[in-house]
Amino acid sequence: MNTMTTTTTTTVLDASDVTMRFGGLTAVRSVSLTVNSGEIVGLIGPNGAGKTTFFNCLTGLYVPTEGKVSYKGTVLPPKPHLVTQAGIARTFQNIRLFANMTVLENVLVGRHTRTKEGLWSALLRGPGFKRAEKESKERAMELLEFTGLAAKADHLARNLPYGEQRKLEIARALASEPGLLLLDEPTAGMNPQETRAAEELIFAIRDMGIAVLVIEHDMRFIFNLCDRVACLVQGEKLVEGTPEVVQSDERVIAAYLGTPFEGAPGADELAEVEAAEAAAPSTNSRTEEAQ
Amino acid sequence: MADTITKNSPPTGGDVTPLISLPAATARIATVAGSVLALAGTFMAWTWTSAFPGDLTVTGYPGGLQVLVLISSALTLLFALSGYGIRGLNWVAPGGPNAAARLTALGTLGTVGYTLGAIAFQLGGVVNLEPGAWVAGIGALIAVVGSLALPFDQPFPAGDPDKGGWARFRHSLTAPHPPRARALPSAVEILIIVAGFALGLIVFTYGIDTEYGELFVGFLITVAFAFTGLARAGLVSRLTALTARYRGISLAAAFAAALCFPFTQDNDYYALIGTNILIFATVALGLNVVVGLAGLLDLGYVAFLGVGAYTAALVSGSAASTIGVEFPFWAAVLTGGAVSLVFGVVIGAPTLRLRGDYLAIVTLGFGEIFRVTMNNLNGASGPDVTNGAQGISAIPDVKIFGFDLGSPHDIGGFTLGRNANYFLLMLLFTAIVVMVFNRSGSSRIGRAWVAIREDETAATAMGINGFRVKLIAFALGATLAGLAGTVQAHVAYSVTPDQYEFAGTAPPNSAFLLAAVILGGMGTVSGPLIGGALLYLIPAKLDFMDDYQLLLFGLALILLMRFRPEGIVANKRAQLQFHENDQLDLPEQRLSDTAVDTTKAGA
Repeated sequence: MNTMTTTTTTTVLDASDVTMRFGGLTAVRSVSLTVNSGEIVGLIGPNGAGKTTFFNCLTGLYVPTEGKVSYKGTVLPPKPHLVTQAGIARTFQNIRLFANMTVLENVLVGRHTRTKEGLWSALLRGPGFKRAEKESKERAMELLEFTGLAAKADHLARNLPYGEQRKLEIARALASEPGLLLLDEPTAGMNPQETRAAEELIFAIRDMGIAVLVIEHDMRFIFNLCDRVACLVQGEKLVEGTPEVVQSDERVIAAYLGTPFEGAPGADELAEVEAAEAAAPSTNSRTEEAQ
Repeated sequence: MADTITKNSPPTGGDVTPLISLPAATARIATVAGSVLALAGTFMAWTWTSAFPGDLTVTGYPGGLQVLVLISSALTLLFALSGYGIRGLNWVAPGGPNAAARLTALGTLGTVGYTLGAIAFQLGGVVNLEPGAWVAGIGALIAVVGSLALPFDQPFPAGDPDKGGWARFRHSLTAPHPPRARALPSAVEILIIVAGFALGLIVFTYGIDTEYGELFVGFLITVAFAFTGLARAGLVSRLTALTARYRGISLAAAFAAALCFPFTQDNDYYALIGTNILIFATVALGLNVVVGLAGLLDLGYVAFLGVGAYTAALVSGSAASTIGVEFPFWAAVLTGGAVSLVFGVVIGAPTLRLRGDYLAIVTLGFGEIFRVTMNNLNGASGPDVTNGAQGISAIPDVKIFGFDLGSPHDIGGFTLGRNANYFLLMLLFTAIVVMVFNRSGSSRIGRAWVAIREDETAATAMGINGFRVKLIAFALGATLAGLAGTVQAHVAYSVTPDQYEFAGTAPPNSAFLLAAVILGGMGTVSGPLIGGALLYLIPAKLDFMDDYQLLLFGLALILLMRFRPEGIVANKRAQLQFHENDQLDLPEQRLSDTAVDTTKAGA
């Protein structure tokens, strides 16, 4: 399964000056981002920064107002199925599995672009059809082994627990044999243990030779995982660099935690307020009780 | 014996207190005695005059509705006795005998009650009832009371806040899923499948051959309760497990059973009902590709049947046809299918870019446009193609290899009339449509349809060209309907525009087709076939309630959607045999799973 990563890095994804406007609102403003082969790139930013919109521009769900997205040197057409066919697969922020299909069927749907059998071959059931179905099933089962879902291949997707649904979404995306995998908040709602497992999984995907672009809010996760991190704030790319650079960038911290506003209480005033609060603890405790 | 006791005694640690509190032994005795009494009652006279249809005046020889009561009470007796754990009767109720006994007892009471009511109503008073009727009625009542006092087959859920009588009553009619069956020799298992389909054929034929409305109503009551009873007893799921294992044999057995149908009919009118059922059910199955698999709500589907029928009529060589050509039947079929395909693509291409409601409205419009156009192409308000409201009449019978389907033929001592011939021809088409549905459904394209139905955005993100795949589904559905239409034109002798309206009192029309799919079960093969058969038979048999037909139909549909939204045949994708633990997210399993995954993913 492990195809070795090539030593020479090539640019897999090249988004240049992508701008997305919805009427008067500019959700993404001339963002450029490249992802190289064998790389895990993180995309962070506060809620509403335009991360998912940017993702949707990359995968053809939205047609960018300006700018272009190219994959391995060819400009991508703004149609989701053609983007997937070109080699970019994605998962969704809110899990979008085919709930009433089995786990195996979900992965088989992911194989859609890599198989060619149309209606006629399905009706005639020639040897070619049977071979293709068998191959697809084997490949899908391999991916389920890889993500650890093989034992639940016959379960309905909606019956899986949350963490496994996330894994299934990744398995389904991998089934389209992508060169680049876009993960939209893969650890949202997971406990620390599951997050660590997801981290291992993403490293393993990278080792298969697939570049990964990941949106995430969990900073520990993203700084552990990524070779490069870009921070998006209000539709604009604020900073891009190694995790250390981004982590220590004041603007990033300000974007997440806010900046002191004009006439904000200084240290003196704060101390004063704290002293006042300490002086009247009884009123505080009473209100707490009342609540 | 020990195994029997553990199986049939209620599970411990839960509330299994029955609805009516009686000592358990008394309850069971009452059920047995009641059903024996009802059974005995069917051998006595129920009324004094043969004016009531079916002649219920003969003692010692049950007739008409009495036979139904006899069967129903015999089933009750069987389940009640099985509750005693009698050796050799265990197989009757692997899921649990009590719910099944309750249901069949209720069915007996329903049929007896209906019969007594009908006699009293038609003959003018309860004085017309003979003692036999009272014996059967009281027996059924005792059986119901006794069976309601039997313990639940599965404990009432402790956490359920709704402890009202209705909730408990509904719960009392449920039973746990039966454990996996012991493997029998495959010859025996195949025999069981064949017997199952033979039974199905007998029940179906009985339903078609009912000669008067009262008998049909009684038939519906009996079958509905008996079938649910058998399902609760676990026999239906045992049979479906077998059919799932021997798919090919089951399919062959089903078609063999259908093939036998015309040979059981000596009345060609009933064969015509069978043929029309087959046409209706086949078109419903074609619609199931569009609605059930791809999730496209098509409200004008009957128009494609019309396109096929009109095409076949025009090229049939009928004197009323405006183009004087006569194609051989196979060419007419291909032409009909091809023209429907073209119409499907022409209608589908601009509209399938729309989602949901818009598509429904456009197809609804198309269905009406088709009918109005056929009306107007009459030479007065447009070119003369279809003869307007008169339609194309006197369509000659199909001749295949010199075999005239219009005249009776003798096969093996049986005389097959015109309609029986067409039944066999139509059965071939049904087989083709079933094959197309099965094969396309379980393939790359079928998975793409279901994916589109489940989540179109995710499906396109997985590389599925949504528009293309939907267009294939739409065009395939149109073609299948067109094929059925070519046969329908010949069966009906004539095609007129008002055969193909959106809603009417008689099938096929778009509303009934959709209802057959939803009633039967979306995305299944047998669902639309069963739903189609029911929806055709009920209006055909109950013509005495002509004025209220649609009202009752709507009421039945509402009730069904309330109590069984998945339809008669539920679509269990890939025979999910782990139904009993539907909630799979067990917390203790989850931790160990992720631990394993970590090592796997890291490896």
